Amino acid sequence: MTDGIVFDIKRYALHDGPGIRTTVFFKGCPLRCLWCHNPEGQRPGPEIILRPQRCLENCHRCVEACPKLAITKTGPLPHINPALCDCCGVCAEVCPTEALEMVGRKMKPEEVMAEVMKDFPFYEESGGGVTFSGGEPLLQPDFLESLLILAKKNNLHTVVDTSGQASFSVFLRILPYVDLFLYDLKLIDPERHRSVTGQRNDLILENLKKLASLTDKIVVRIPVIPTINDDEANLRQMAAFIKSIGRVAGIELLPYHELGKDKYARVGMEYKLTTVTKPSPEEMERVASIFREANLNVSIGG
Amino acid sequence: MNERIRRLREQSVNTKPYISPERALLLTQFYQQTNDPTMSPAVKRALAFRYLLENKEIWIGEGELIVGERGPAPKATPTYPEVTCHSLQDLEILNSRPKTPFIVDEKTKKVYQEVIIPFWRGKTIREKIFTEMSAEWKDAYEAGIFTEFMEQRAPGHTVLDDKIYRKGFKDFKREIEESRRRLDPFHDPEVLQKKEELKAMEIVADALVIYAHRHAAKARELASKEKDPQRKAELERIAEVCTHVPENPPRDFWEALQYYWFVHLGVITELNTWDSFNPGRLDQHLYPFYRKGLEDGSLTEEKARELLQAFWIKFNNQPAPPKVGVTAEESATYTDFCLINLGGVKPDGSDAVNELSFLILDVIEEMRLVQPSSMVQISKKTPDEFLLRALKILKTGFGQPSIFNTDAIIQEMLRQGKSLEDARSGGASGCVEAGIFGKEAYILTGYFNLPKVLEITLHNGVDPETGKKIGLETGDPRRFTTFDELITAFQKQVQHFVDIKICGNNIIERIYAEYLPAPFLSLLIDDCIAKGKDYHAGGARYNTSYIQGVGMGTITDSLASLRFHVFDKKDISMDELLALLAKDFEGNEEWRQILVNKTPKYGNDDEYADSILRQVFEIYYQAINGRPTLKGGTYRVNLLPTTVHVYFGKKTGATADGRKAHEPLSEGVSPVQGADRKGPTAVIKSVAKIDHLRTGGTLLNQKFTPQLLASEEGLRNLARLIRTYFRLDGHHIQLNVVTAETLREAQKHPEKYRDLIVRVAGFSDYFVDLSEPLQNEIIRRTEHQSF
Repeated sequence: MTDGIVFDIKRYALHDGPGIRTTVFFKGCPLRCLWCHNPEGQRPGPEIILRPQRCLENCHRCVEACPKLAITKTGPLPHINPALCDCCGVCAEVCPTEALEMVGRKMKPEEVMAEVMKDFPFYEESGGGVTFSGGEPLLQPDFLESLLILAKKNNLHTVVDTSGQASFSVFLRILPYVDLFLYDLKLIDPERHRSVTGQRNDLILENLKKLASLTDKIVVRIPVIPTINDDEANLRQMAAFIKSIGRVAGIELLPYHELGKDKYARVGMEYKLTTVTKPSPEEMERVASIFREANLNVSIGG
Repeated sequence: MNERIRRLREQSVNTKPYISPERALLLTQFYQQTNDPTMSPAVKRALAFRYLLENKEIWIGEGELIVGERGPAPKATPTYPEVTCHSLQDLEILNSRPKTPFIVDEKTKKVYQEVIIPFWRGKTIREKIFTEMSAEWKDAYEAGIFTEFMEQRAPGHTVLDDKIYRKGFKDFKREIEESRRRLDPFHDPEVLQKKEELKAMEIVADALVIYAHRHAAKARELASKEKDPQRKAELERIAEVCTHVPENPPRDFWEALQYYWFVHLGVITELNTWDSFNPGRLDQHLYPFYRKGLEDGSLTEEKARELLQAFWIKFNNQPAPPKVGVTAEESATYTDFCLINLGGVKPDGSDAVNELSFLILDVIEEMRLVQPSSMVQISKKTPDEFLLRALKILKTGFGQPSIFNTDAIIQEMLRQGKSLEDARSGGASGCVEAGIFGKEAYILTGYFNLPKVLEITLHNGVDPETGKKIGLETGDPRRFTTFDELITAFQKQVQHFVDIKICGNNIIERIYAEYLPAPFLSLLIDDCIAKGKDYHAGGARYNTSYIQGVGMGTITDSLASLRFHVFDKKDISMDELLALLAKDFEGNEEWRQILVNKTPKYGNDDEYADSILRQVFEIYYQAINGRPTLKGGTYRVNLLPTTVHVYFGKKTGATADGRKAHEPLSEGVSPVQGADRKGPTAVIKSVAKIDHLRTGGTLLNQKFTPQLLASEEGLRNLARLIRTYFRLDGHHIQLNVVTAETLREAQKHPEKYRDLIVRVAGFSDYFVDLSEPLQNEIIRRTEHQSF
């Protein structure tokens, strides 16, 4: 079975499908959504991140341990030369405070499943299971398929959380093992979509349409990002689109939050959505009412 | 709540506890007058009890429905000089200490100086205990290896069953008479003691009836002067109730509550029993009266609610008796651990939840008092609706009710050899202690500091805090080549200190049995009357003694650290690690951080650490479980701390898990504060690796952010989490629903957070009343949040 790159396995996940779940985060994503709260999941390979406030000033363990001599520390913080670093992770291993941390590691499907199965009694009790998210899980199709087959062997309820930006052949491969798709939808207009995610949405919309013709186990998840996609025109277009593709299990609105903001600096990226704030409950209600008017089953998530 | 209840509640919450010399003075008078040298201790105690109840002041507060106070007024707290006679210095400390103070006025000090101290000095149980204890016991006690529950408070730790709702004191007297008739002087060498004990029980039975009648008389007197016709009628009704109970079985809801309250006052007036005498399964006991009242129209839901609220306030009026020294540190709270049980199963095994269970939950939510404490028993048969209702109250963030696993409690009791029916009608009391209500003496004898024993082991028997050799010479740990050698040495030290503790217990239990019998408590607990034996001497049907293990998280993580770094990875030598601990990590924060961050920790569902937890549990269990007690009972283990993890922490140097010297230990069976990083399911899996069914109770605290429980779904998932813990045989779980941020604010601005109640260990308390180290400890607990 194929190994994959995973950047987190979160237990007691409550917002990624029914019941108590474990969510496996796949590393690598084709989109670059401005509001992304998991920026560490965007790039495909493992990377080293630094939490500056944790670093001990007089500690040089990382400098001494690096086999590629890629780290220097002349001031209070270490500097990693990206040209020399091959992300082997030795520095993170020796770092006492977890100031340096390895994000993403190669895992075997069995290894992931062993971790997931630890909470089996909780899934049984709550009707929960495993969720594969990311990043974009469909970017690692072999790994995803292996995991789904293993999950089904273990009688787990399975959820795949996807951006839809993948070849439809992957959907077809995994379809037999998926109990529920969480399918993210942001905008209908392809150009607007490109300007805030880096990609047009033609493939995403087409895949959703095709998927909905094969299964109704789809919850469409819409992040509500004030000024980006909460205008009435877009919302109505989305409602109309969802209406047009046939039955889906429901729509979940996810209010924008800034909890991922701090992570950007750690992965050496810039957070560009600085002026947007969390939508109020009234705002969320207004958005929901547009879908409700279209007779769609909508809920507000957290 | 209505105006009357609001006023009584305010009064109870706002009145500061103060010391009343009433009981001490009356008791001293009695002992001064009574010097018949042939009088048995049991009869003498009984007559003293009667003297107290015949002469103490009677209080009926304005608007009260349930009457009777332990002292002359609400929050007036008596002392028990026959057990502990406070010195003037003690009184000064009580009066001036910043946390859990008791006001002591000049008059009280004078009474103490002139009457109480001169009479009792040299004659108290506390002094007798310390005189009798061996040098090694005292060394271990002073080093903070264990505490001693009975040095300032009498053994108690029992809960009432349903008998008072079926029988009046008249009936108890009939049972005493029958027991007397059954005495067999031809074959029973203990016949004299039994006669004396039965005589004592008869005296105390009469005494409580006299006490109730004094309340009736007072109510009548007040009624005759009362202008308000409604209050006049109430006072007349109170007089009628107090004339009827406790002499006769109660006829209705009101009488049932008042009856219990008189019994409660009797128990806490006779002695300052360690904790938790309480009505136990209140929703079960009161249900027939509730149903009958509703059916015949004599009771409404509103009236029942009001009476229950009035009853609740009475508990809050009685602060735990004042403690000083180590005992004050191990239980630094006004709470006296009256843990009301709701739900569970009936004696026939069927689900016991009824509409009164829900009504009492309403009362708990509305009253929001730290006393009485409350809990729900959840069995696999309990409907989710009941659990969810309880969680909705917990979500409001005052740590009540706590959640217990009925099915685990029953199995624990069965394993201890108790009958199935008794087990089903039992529950938990105090913090988390499982017991058979109305039929068991389950005495907690003291806390046991497991991390401290490891510290002694790592110093070959010497306490590095004092340089004194108090343990065994189990070898220089620098020469140990395997982890097993270390574990073996630790196991020998645990055995050694448990032996010392039990030697002490045997003497202390005998002192109470011999010198301070408790005929009133004996009257209430089966089978004291039938056996003609005192509660302190083995009269109860079941007798269990506990030594409560403390610091499971800290000890597990410390041993895991030693194993991981010294014996497995070998990245530090024992010598180097001991040097780090000796210096409290000074100058080597790097290594402390490695111990904190790069070492397996209990609470993460990690077999490396959790297997060590199991080893520690086994060592502790094997050292204690099954040993005989003086009462003919058995020693058992349980795992809970009250507030002793702060005191034990103060006595314990730096530990190998990266904990700095004198910081609090982990509490209960909870992971070390902040060491659990994989969320609540991982914590639960780890904690469930302890075999809870071989304990008499374990205490798990978890902290959730309010946001995690904001939605219906969040609440339902919490219910599923708890159900899973219980499926894995977890005994108890308790939640704080508050953010660390709020707690830090409360620390900074206590005046704004006077009503902030948090869960400490097996009880809730006002956050601002807690000591600073304890406040910090609660803040550091891992906060489970949504992401």
